Amino acid sequence: MKLNTNSNVYTIVYATVMVIIVAVLLAVVNQGLKSRQDANRRLDVQKQILTALNVDYSKADPAALYEEYVKEDEWDGKPVYYATIDGANYTVLPLKGQGLWGGIWGFIALEDDLNTVYGINFGHESETPGLGGEIVTEKFRSRFFGKHIKDGEGNLRSIAVLKEGKRAEEGQEQVDAWAGATITSTGVNDMLANSLSAYADFLNQIPAAGVEELLNDNEEEE
Amino acid sequence: MALSKKTKEAFLGPLNVNNPILVQILGICSALAVTVQLKPALVMGISVTIIVALSNVVVSLIRNSIPARIRIIIQLVVVAALVTIVSEVLKAFAYDVAMQLSVYLGLIITNCILMGRLEAFAMSNNVVDSLLDGLGNGFGYAWILVVVAFVRELFGAGTLLGYQIIPQSWYVANGGFYENCGMMLMPAMALILVGCIIWAHRAINDKEAK
Repeated sequence: MKLNTNSNVYTIVYATVMVIIVAVLLAVVNQGLKSRQDANRRLDVQKQILTALNVDYSKADPAALYEEYVKEDEWDGKPVYYATIDGANYTVLPLKGQGLWGGIWGFIALEDDLNTVYGINFGHESETPGLGGEIVTEKFRSRFFGKHIKDGEGNLRSIAVLKEGKRAEEGQEQVDAWAGATITSTGVNDMLANSLSAYADFLNQIPAAGVEELLNDNEEEE
Repeated sequence: MALSKKTKEAFLGPLNVNNPILVQILGICSALAVTVQLKPALVMGISVTIIVALSNVVVSLIRNSIPARIRIIIQLVVVAALVTIVSEVLKAFAYDVAMQLSVYLGLIITNCILMGRLEAFAMSNNVVDSLLDGLGNGFGYAWILVVVAFVRELFGAGTLLGYQIIPQSWYVANGGFYENCGMMLMPAMALILVGCIIWAHRAINDKEAK
């Protein structure tokens, strides 16, 4: 008997069976690979935090290094990471924002005065390769090293990301934007401002160890 | 094993005389998007080749049972399922590559070359021919991407696969005479380059035809 492949019944049954097969297949693949994917995702975050802390993990096991250096904590329901590397303490905060084509994110590592940037790391979903995508490079990240997120009076000001030649407001430190990636650079600027201000109360508690350093820093600048 | 003329044509045609980008002008949008650097272009070329070959095989296997009225939907389901599986597998075993390709992978579903091959070839040909047709079209697509990306990365950023090719001392910033061509990084330049390749391709093939 030859099936009539053009009948309504055949079409509906075919579509139903097809959908069920595909759904089961995708569900099996998804569940089967889930644990590996979650592990990868966790490892990826750990690597990003290590990069923000300027730790080279290319020759060692990143998970073990992370375990050794970083402690995870919470402040007001938001994640905070503390790290101790060679006796120095750092605080790592997550950043989240919007680039040109999709989300951008990162981690910023502050020295124990909660003011000086020790390291920073960026990631992006889909910025243009060669332009906005370059924010992940050492060349861009290193522009932030040593900058301060607070002004002389200790008010949180974030760091401005501006086109070459432009000047930030009084009291705010700045870095050069990536040439040709205006919208991504503005996204990084806004991401820093928004993400840091979400931690404003956290950052304003000047840790005992940092006070002296802060005062010294200001005297030097004046 | 001697291959029939038709089987050979299925594989070799799309590489040159019947190239999906140069002759059929399909898949141009992704050719613009992923050719700023060589690496994403290479990975995109490989991904499309794998998916077009596999979906060609699957559709060819079930071609006689597909109801004519919903055949496009069935083809789309096959492609979408394959793309999802490939992206899940990449996330589990090559996380870095998957992150780099995140958007492009999803875009493969809408790549006109896939639907074009499924509808025009796999629906009416046997499995072996369909596999070869898929591979041929994938490679035909990939080599154009690689050529365009090669030119754009070399002249736009002075690098290839991320390695510096143009010596640093040549740059104006270091007292030299050379400056990267920012125009190369713009999507419009990909279109112009593809146009140049089409021009050369037609000029050569027309001469042969005469």
